Amino acid sequence: MKTAILVFPGTNREHDMAAAVRSVSGKDPMMVWHAETEIPQADLIILPGGFSYGDYLRSGAIAARSPIVADLLEKAKQGVRILGVCNGFQILTETGILPGALMRNAGLTFICKETKLRIERDDTIFTSSYKKGQVMRCPVAHHDGNFFADDDTLKMLEDDGRVLFRYCDAAGQATPEANINGSRNNIAGIMNARGTILGMMPHPENLIEDLHGGLDGRGLFESLLEKVA
Amino acid sequence: MSKNEPQITPELIAAHGLKPEEYNHILELIGREPTFTEFGIFSAMWNEHCSYKSSKKWLRTLPTKGPRVLQGPGENAGVVDIDDGQAVVFKMESHNHPSYIEPYQGAATGVGGILRDVFTMGARPIAAMNSLRFGVPEHERTRHVVSGVVAGVGGYGNSFGVPTVGGEVNFHASYNGNCLVNAFAAGLADSDKIFLSEAKGVGMPVVYLGAKTGRDGVGGATMASAEFDDDSEEKRPTVQVGDPFSEKRLMEATLELMKTGAVIAIQDMGAAGLTCSAVEMGAKGNLGIDLDLDKVPNREENMTPYEMMLSESQERMLMVLHPEKREAAEAVFRKWELDFAECGMTTDTLRFRIFHQGEMVADLPIKELGDEAPEYDRPWVETPKAAKLDNATVEAPKDLLESLVAMVGCKNLSSRRWVWEQYDTMIQGNTKQRPGGDAGVIRVDGGTKGLAFTVDVTPRYCKADPFEGGKQAVAEAWRNLNAVGAEPLATTDNLNFGNPEKPEIMGQFVGCIKGVGAACEALDMPIVSGNVSLYNETSGEAILPTPAIGAVGLLPDVMVSVGNGFVAEGDAILLVGGHGSEMGQSSYLSELCGREEGAPPPVDLAVEKKHGTFVREAIRAGEINAAHDISDGGLGVAVAEMAIRTGLGCTIELPSKDTHIAFYAEDQARYLITCDKDGVEALIAKAKAAGVPLEQIGSVAGEKLTVAGQGSVDVSKLATAHESWFPAYMAQ
Repeated sequence: MKTAILVFPGTNREHDMAAAVRSVSGKDPMMVWHAETEIPQADLIILPGGFSYGDYLRSGAIAARSPIVADLLEKAKQGVRILGVCNGFQILTETGILPGALMRNAGLTFICKETKLRIERDDTIFTSSYKKGQVMRCPVAHHDGNFFADDDTLKMLEDDGRVLFRYCDAAGQATPEANINGSRNNIAGIMNARGTILGMMPHPENLIEDLHGGLDGRGLFESLLEKVA
Repeated sequence: MSKNEPQITPELIAAHGLKPEEYNHILELIGREPTFTEFGIFSAMWNEHCSYKSSKKWLRTLPTKGPRVLQGPGENAGVVDIDDGQAVVFKMESHNHPSYIEPYQGAATGVGGILRDVFTMGARPIAAMNSLRFGVPEHERTRHVVSGVVAGVGGYGNSFGVPTVGGEVNFHASYNGNCLVNAFAAGLADSDKIFLSEAKGVGMPVVYLGAKTGRDGVGGATMASAEFDDDSEEKRPTVQVGDPFSEKRLMEATLELMKTGAVIAIQDMGAAGLTCSAVEMGAKGNLGIDLDLDKVPNREENMTPYEMMLSESQERMLMVLHPEKREAAEAVFRKWELDFAECGMTTDTLRFRIFHQGEMVADLPIKELGDEAPEYDRPWVETPKAAKLDNATVEAPKDLLESLVAMVGCKNLSSRRWVWEQYDTMIQGNTKQRPGGDAGVIRVDGGTKGLAFTVDVTPRYCKADPFEGGKQAVAEAWRNLNAVGAEPLATTDNLNFGNPEKPEIMGQFVGCIKGVGAACEALDMPIVSGNVSLYNETSGEAILPTPAIGAVGLLPDVMVSVGNGFVAEGDAILLVGGHGSEMGQSSYLSELCGREEGAPPPVDLAVEKKHGTFVREAIRAGEINAAHDISDGGLGVAVAEMAIRTGLGCTIELPSKDTHIAFYAEDQARYLITCDKDGVEALIAKAKAAGVPLEQIGSVAGEKLTVAGQGSVDVSKLATAHESWFPAYMAQ
């Protein structure tokens, strides 16, 4: 699997993401600077977490106007696999590649903690290593993770089975208490209609080895490796 | 001399924080009246914050050398060898005054400043901590300051991308008008690639890098060297504004630039900005510096030389570069969209000369501004020793277990989760132990080694007995590192005190320094960096003496470490160091009895060393499952915390007479550890051979915390009390 990780000024989880890719695939990803105009040929493009352009204006808004984005849109159209995590998800919504928006957390503060996510589907390239309905542990670290979409968009996402992860309690119930940031329908991650692009707020790359206290995040990378390699 | 400059009057001298005799010293030194710009430069360099004029004499008494110390105090941060050609670079610094006036920006720029100190040395920041002290919860300003400071620390560190792995938060009335924000940062560097601030070579270009210069923070260091009064709110314009996005780019650009071999010397612009950074580089290298202010990138129009020299705009650096590598250096900074301006040159004149619009606006002797600045031997009186508390005056609670619920749910012992969940604790993917442990633990990227971090001080102890309190701060840091299996390496100190011109306050300072020094010496933890913050007073009321100690430890294998929560049903609970009886200045006394009385627990450094070494070695041998140091709240709070962490209960047995004393005494050099029940005998035999008192006091079992003969309480009830205080207070 050839992986390209896009780096914007202010991106800060590119090393975490590279470590996860390396740990699962055994291969070094390519780091691609935002000022480039072409993403080298890759099976998977990752937009990692961080505060691109300081989150100024709106999270992801300025990065979505970076030179590299024209080619990102092109690669998305071609069906290249894309994973956007945290700020990467915010950038994907700001470019229009994924629908919806990530607003300030309902509690108005930055949240860094471990959450639980319910796997909504196990027949996608992102989640094939998990079981549908399974509850996975996954850390979050964000200020603007409150997923919003209008009623029609939300209905479309739900009807088309495009919600892959939902914040839930230990029993797998998507309760209001488990909804750490106020996201509509407890949504933590969604994909595009073709099933080639995933955006999610939580950080699976921070729960991939014993040091982290769990391996729950590995499944996502293993799924991609198996399906994309 | 320029026209339209203010006349230097006695009022102006006082407003700049200079004493009349200091001004006379300036006149003697330069043989004429200074220009307004020169006057500003002197006030910036000779204030307490930059010159350490009251503290230097005593700081020199601290132990700063050791086999692992590569760089001690005097540079941007200390450097300690961690084997394999790697070094940990760290320091702690205060941002107290600005954080009280403007909590968010004050705290944010405090974090920014300490991160800059670390990467200026060539190290990539890998961990942060903070030591925060606020007024009592009922004080009208406390909630506002807490919420702003926590958001500011998080806002900066999260965006920059460094994990916060530890810290402390405390409330006390002495901080009502003067909070403390002490920020710690550590970075990783190759030990042969450390960058220093000493300029070398005549005629070398002095280059300005980073963000532009604005009017923010003009006079900030002078403000930090004065007491607060009722008009302190009006000092808001002296607080700087932080931009973590610029800082992140500045770090990436700086580290990239260092790889090109272009950097001769580097100094970040912190307190007193351009003035302090240029003077330090020149004075240390025995060189003069010429600066052309017309080349300095400005954010605002019509800035005067005085404003440019005193601006504390953030995210700026000054470097002396190899001229032949200038282009490569500039390309790096352009890539990161940062300013790069050659604005001066090193000279052999030992003068600090400033040019502005074709005019020389300052011409001063650089050594006298910098390393030969004035120094005082302030009069001091020793703090009278408090009498040991008579335990007969310490009433037993009606119900011991109910009192434990109150203790773990009180303002100073409750969970700080509300705070640290606003900090990114796992970015960089190397965090092993997040906040909530005895010490934060991270893996050194790319290997198996680990580093542990803690910050500690008990200001109540320091007030009652500065010497013992100073020792205790270091001893507690020592314990916290050993409790995760780390070998303590070195420390950084952040010394927060009141007005040093008062002999009683100076006496607290001297006493604490002596205690800190004695403990660092005895425990082989030299001080490699630090910061002094004096004049922490409001309307004449000083804070508790607060010498915060940040400490770093090394783990050969990061996975060979333990947490401080119970691990398994049936595990034995053992007490290292025996039962205690010291109730003076204890948390029980202050939190539940409302008394701050008596002498603090004495610290026997030889015993600390023996007990800590025993615990560390047992962890490394895989003989114990969990460890927790006994400090605030004594054995009772320690055992409750171990239960709360994992939800496992226990039954323990305590002396039947004065059980509440054994439960809450804060005698030092003690730990609670757990081990498999089959391992107890061997462990006790080993302790006996080492001369360490070790006894089993109970076992992990069930979902209740039971003290034989006293009753039980559900662990869930303790947990709820522990977790509720902070969110409930902040929601009010």
